Amino acid sequence: MRPATETELSEIVRGAIGPLRIRGGGTRSLGAASAGEVLETGGLSGISLYEPGALTLVAGAGTPLAEVEAALAAENQRLPFEPMDMRALLGVEGTPTVGGMVAANASGPRRIVVGACRDSLIGVRFVDGQGRIVKNGGRVMKNVTGYDLVKLMAGSWGTLGVLSECSFKLLPVPEVQATLVSDAKSPEVAVRVMSDALGTPYEVNAAARDVDGRVCLRIEGFSEQIRYRKSALADALGGDWQVLEAEDSVALWRGLRDVTAFAGQSGDVWRISVKPSDAPSVVARIGAPVQMDWGGGLIWARVAEGTDLRAKIGPIAGHATLVRASDPTRTRLPVFHPEPAPIAALSQGLRAKFDPRGVLNPGLMG
Amino acid sequence: MEMPIPNAAILSKRDRVIARLAEVLPPEALISDEAERRAYECDALTAYRCLPMAVVLPDSTEQVAAIMKICHEEAVPVVPRGSGTSLAGGSLPTEDSIILGVARLRAVLETSLEDRYIRVQSGITNLAVTGAVEGDGFFYAPDPSSQLACAIAGNIAMNSGGAHCLKYGVTTNNLLGVTLVTMAGEVIEIGGAHLDAAGYDLLGLICGSEGQLGIVTEATLRILPKPEGARPVLMGFDSNEVAGECVSDIIKAGVLPVAIEFMDRPCIRATEDFAHAGYPDCEALLIVEVEGSDAEIDEQLGLIKQIARRHNPVELRESQSDEESKKIWLGRKSAFGAMGQIADYMCLDGTIPVSSLPHVLKRIGEMSKEFGLGVANVFHAGDGNMHPLILYDANKPGDLELCEAFGAEILKLCVEVGGCLTGEHGVGIEKRDLMSVQFAPDDLDAQMAVKDVFDPEWLLNPAKVFPLDASAARRAA
Repeated sequence: MRPATETELSEIVRGAIGPLRIRGGGTRSLGAASAGEVLETGGLSGISLYEPGALTLVAGAGTPLAEVEAALAAENQRLPFEPMDMRALLGVEGTPTVGGMVAANASGPRRIVVGACRDSLIGVRFVDGQGRIVKNGGRVMKNVTGYDLVKLMAGSWGTLGVLSECSFKLLPVPEVQATLVSDAKSPEVAVRVMSDALGTPYEVNAAARDVDGRVCLRIEGFSEQIRYRKSALADALGGDWQVLEAEDSVALWRGLRDVTAFAGQSGDVWRISVKPSDAPSVVARIGAPVQMDWGGGLIWARVAEGTDLRAKIGPIAGHATLVRASDPTRTRLPVFHPEPAPIAALSQGLRAKFDPRGVLNPGLMG
Repeated sequence: MEMPIPNAAILSKRDRVIARLAEVLPPEALISDEAERRAYECDALTAYRCLPMAVVLPDSTEQVAAIMKICHEEAVPVVPRGSGTSLAGGSLPTEDSIILGVARLRAVLETSLEDRYIRVQSGITNLAVTGAVEGDGFFYAPDPSSQLACAIAGNIAMNSGGAHCLKYGVTTNNLLGVTLVTMAGEVIEIGGAHLDAAGYDLLGLICGSEGQLGIVTEATLRILPKPEGARPVLMGFDSNEVAGECVSDIIKAGVLPVAIEFMDRPCIRATEDFAHAGYPDCEALLIVEVEGSDAEIDEQLGLIKQIARRHNPVELRESQSDEESKKIWLGRKSAFGAMGQIADYMCLDGTIPVSSLPHVLKRIGEMSKEFGLGVANVFHAGDGNMHPLILYDANKPGDLELCEAFGAEILKLCVEVGGCLTGEHGVGIEKRDLMSVQFAPDDLDAQMAVKDVFDPEWLLNPAKVFPLDASAARRAA
């Protein structure tokens, strides 16, 4: 099913007699394949408003992300949170959509400074599990009118409502960027270096350790500014740094963002969020190839197929998501990190309110 | 302003409730005496006052949980209170409610520069959070004007912003985790020092829920390294339209100032008389501030001044010293005080799309004539968050009502052009009954469904945020 309007979408959901599998571009599927009729949002497509002078864009949930990115590039602006393209990692084809990105709260390396997708999302329209059309937030970047369901919808993977429209706060693309790259460092040293870098006033907006152990630090700004910050940052940190400029820097971060190091490689892929200083001990317990992002706060791990990584690393103050695995593994191991009982009860309560009949991606998030 | 009729059954068990609270609290944490309760009868929206049944001032999460369990069992409404600086009546009590103040929860619990966070008890003031880390070169970014007094608990409840949120975001963008005590007295940890939620973004729901989902007793906040320096430039224009265009052009040029503040002529004049900040006599004034090293600031301000010159400014003055920067900001920061010298005022905070600025200012000017009340405009231009100050005379019968009617018309205008009722102050009681202008019944129902999950009996701050008739059935159930 592929509604062409929000009203049609509402009618389809209202009339549903069984589970619906909500699908944007089908490029971010994490859960095990489930039963149910596919409901595609691709018909709800198009940019309905773009005001560069107000740093705001509104688009239908089914709008291809590439279309949005092209429109923004023409005005030298961008989505701040650098959303990951999961196609290479998951080995799938398809067209990533605005709604899919929001439903996944997809956020890349710049998340540590500008926030996640949910932080740039300023408004949504969606259809809840009873077919009611709901709007929340709007098209202005400062808005505390009523509860913030915008945040709730981001990262809810289509289990509370089917997004029909999303509004974003944008940022200008800085004039130049540069990346400082070190030689290989242990996770302990890498996290310390990244923490030091993120503690400087030089606005490092991405800090990662690649699978080979190299620390990468990105700065963006005006040309004079970056000329100054490159050397100021290297001086503050000490040691030897290679500098990647312009396209070389862009390409490096595109690869890190999309975790292409694990694309086409065998094994399951996990994504673990912890505080940076906990990362080295978690990495030691993983005992497999890792990429660290967010200054150490985000660990991508590629482990042997079927590994219960949560059991292997033990309790953590954070969470681990099973991003890539075979269907049998995804049936056996929860994709999303099990929640403590009081939180699980609240999540269950929200699902019961927003989708009382349990028709929206049932079982995906519990 | 209509408030629900106090529940006689609750009023009649006041003595028992207070006796039960006394069993779990030390004497200094429980206020039942009328004279002392008087201090809690209103917040910064002083036009509305009501004495609560009692006031509790717990100093630990355990005490908060014990209080909530009792109030839950006794079905007594609880109104949370930070420092009482809400301009929207967010902590206005009802006669049959208990005020739960977090003023004694003020400790800094943990600081990690390595992981860039601080964990605090929620009664600590906003400025004290920065105070705890600035010696190490860090700061807490959201900076509401009341930051000297306002509590983090209130910041979280209202999702407070500030002058610098164009670059750093508002509270929700800088909040990593909370310890939440539910109405039933359950203590829940949500989020933490790591980023993003494992499941639904409950933290995002709680921030800005105006104390209706739970009591936040502790918070983990993101701290940032301080910039090397900051410098403002002052520019004056002979029309609001031109100033608005200049803002838009600056943003389009790819510069991201930390602040763009706007003042109109009535505000400039009042401020100048009051603070002598050396502002030019013109129709519209912008203060644009950028951050970085001296050279970086020169580069950015150079570009900004170049854009401003294209709009024929009547004044274009870059600060040459820290002293001068302070002076430029002094005027802006004393704007509310300056207006207070002239008259009583009501401060609105609707947000509009930046592109609607000239139209909205023109309409406000016309409405000002229709209502016969003066208006001064001062606001965060970069993000469209307006602060029209409507001037009235509290001693003149009918003037407050006229002022409220005028305010409602301005807020409706904000919604009409694609904006919203409140950008950073919250709904509280002040804008509660205007919510239906911005939201359809299903929109409101979806929000109220969230409260049903966290507080099924609607005992937490119940008569706020939602229009009374929309929430009536839930509050009565």
